[in-house]
Amino acid sequence: MKSPYNDTVMDHFMNPRNMGDLEDANAVAEVGNPACGDMMRLMLKITDDGVIEDIKFKTFGCAAAIASSSMTSEIIKGKTIEEAIQVGNNDIVSALGGVPEVKVHCSIMAEEALEDALKDYYTKTGKSLDDLNAMIHKYKGDRPEHH
Amino acid sequence: MIYLDNIAGCAPDKRVVEKILPFLTERYGNASSHFYHLGRDAFEAMEEARKEVAQLMGANSDDVYFTASGTESNNLALKGVISHPDNLHKKHIILSELEHYSLQNPARRLISKGYKVSWAKVTPQGHVDTDHLASLLNEDTVFVAIQHANPEIGTVQDIATISKLVKASGAHLHIDAVASAGLLPIDVDTFRADTLSISGTNLYGIRGTAALYIRKGVKILPVTEGGGQEQGIRAGSENIVGIVAMGEGARIVREEMSSYVPQLQALGENLMSRITSLYDFIHITGESDMSKRLPGNVSFWVEYIEGESLLMWYAVKGFAVASGSACASNILAEDEDDLEASPILTAVGVPTDICAGSVTMSLSRTNTQEHVDRVIAETPDIVDRLCAISPAFNK
Repeated sequence: MKSPYNDTVMDHFMNPRNMGDLEDANAVAEVGNPACGDMMRLMLKITDDGVIEDIKFKTFGCAAAIASSSMTSEIIKGKTIEEAIQVGNNDIVSALGGVPEVKVHCSIMAEEALEDALKDYYTKTGKSLDDLNAMIHKYKGDRPEHH
Repeated sequence: MIYLDNIAGCAPDKRVVEKILPFLTERYGNASSHFYHLGRDAFEAMEEARKEVAQLMGANSDDVYFTASGTESNNLALKGVISHPDNLHKKHIILSELEHYSLQNPARRLISKGYKVSWAKVTPQGHVDTDHLASLLNEDTVFVAIQHANPEIGTVQDIATISKLVKASGAHLHIDAVASAGLLPIDVDTFRADTLSISGTNLYGIRGTAALYIRKGVKILPVTEGGGQEQGIRAGSENIVGIVAMGEGARIVREEMSSYVPQLQALGENLMSRITSLYDFIHITGESDMSKRLPGNVSFWVEYIEGESLLMWYAVKGFAVASGSACASNILAEDEDDLEASPILTAVGVPTDICAGSVTMSLSRTNTQEHVDRVIAETPDIVDRLCAISPAFNK
């Protein structure tokens, strides 16, 4: 029987990329909580022209939650807001080479954190949240909240 | 790999392996085939093993019934007792909150058949609250199940007090001694057990064989019916290899427990005191007084850190440990409902808003001081890594 997690997941779990705090973050979100078994804080530094220049995260959770956070950070770093929004949970899971079926929900947290962080950025910079929501809707449609 | 998950089954003793080898080669008879030597030989080996298992628990050998697992023994006790015609008029079952799934799940299923199931509360240290248990017992109570010791949090119950209460009520007392066999003395008369489960895998035997003690006179029906083996209580050709292994394991632990248990107690105390002194946010689950725990059993949770990630890091560093978190242990679960926090941790009041899983390290006679030293040496690196990544950690 194989290990429940593949080598890519284990690599991101043991060597998480972009882990830590971002002092000059201008977009911050915290989703989940320890009672639910997982929690993630995402910090982004977004340039004036809408590029995610830097990213840091911290995650409380299982190996799948930590690896998904790490993989998400690696994929969206350097992307524009619009490009980052198009990165969905399926992309994260497939970039990780898959996670056990019951652990897929752990990987959704990173996608939620990104959307919340972008909402924080739009609010702080006085941009229209309607524009952001329209962009999210355009690429992802309506979907139920995880928590 | 350093094996610290002995509660999930110990490595078979070499003497057990040597003893069973002939039964895999030339001594392959069926114990029910009495007309030729091979069959009688298997029967005699089985009865020799039965004597050993009986002796381990202070029972008569004709009150010992072999089964395939502790789970089966528990199922047989519960379902067999309540379904006997003489017991059918009573519809109340009591389990402690710490009972194994092999009692909890069949008991829950019985609710739809008109049974009432009550859960005897436990203290934060995991001891059955005997006042609460006493308040639950009534003339309708047919079956009470109490674990001798809990594998996940190590707490050992005061069976003498509990059995006095239960027997005064006239209810059937079932003791699940699967976790304690081989680690603590078991005596069916001292315990006043009507039925008692033990398993071969915790006796340095092999998986696939366990036993149920049934006191003479107990009204019980079989769950598996067929050719009348095990005095008609548990039909099916006997697993002679497993039974011989269990017998040899029972002999070994009975003869040698007094020498290896003190060593296990010392190792367990050393492990517990050192692991808790590493950080003020490592908390023991269950009883912190080692004299009231299973020897060599240490369980804890770490604030700010999720249980499965802790378990994975221990595995990466070469330690086999168990998790109290259903999330981790059920990683191959069918659905998310199976990922709920451990009911054991909830029962002993571990704060589930900040705790998502615990770790249990269970030692056996094969573990050494060096194993303890190594797990203590590696733990800070694991905890520091996971604290560094935890958004809940703020120290």
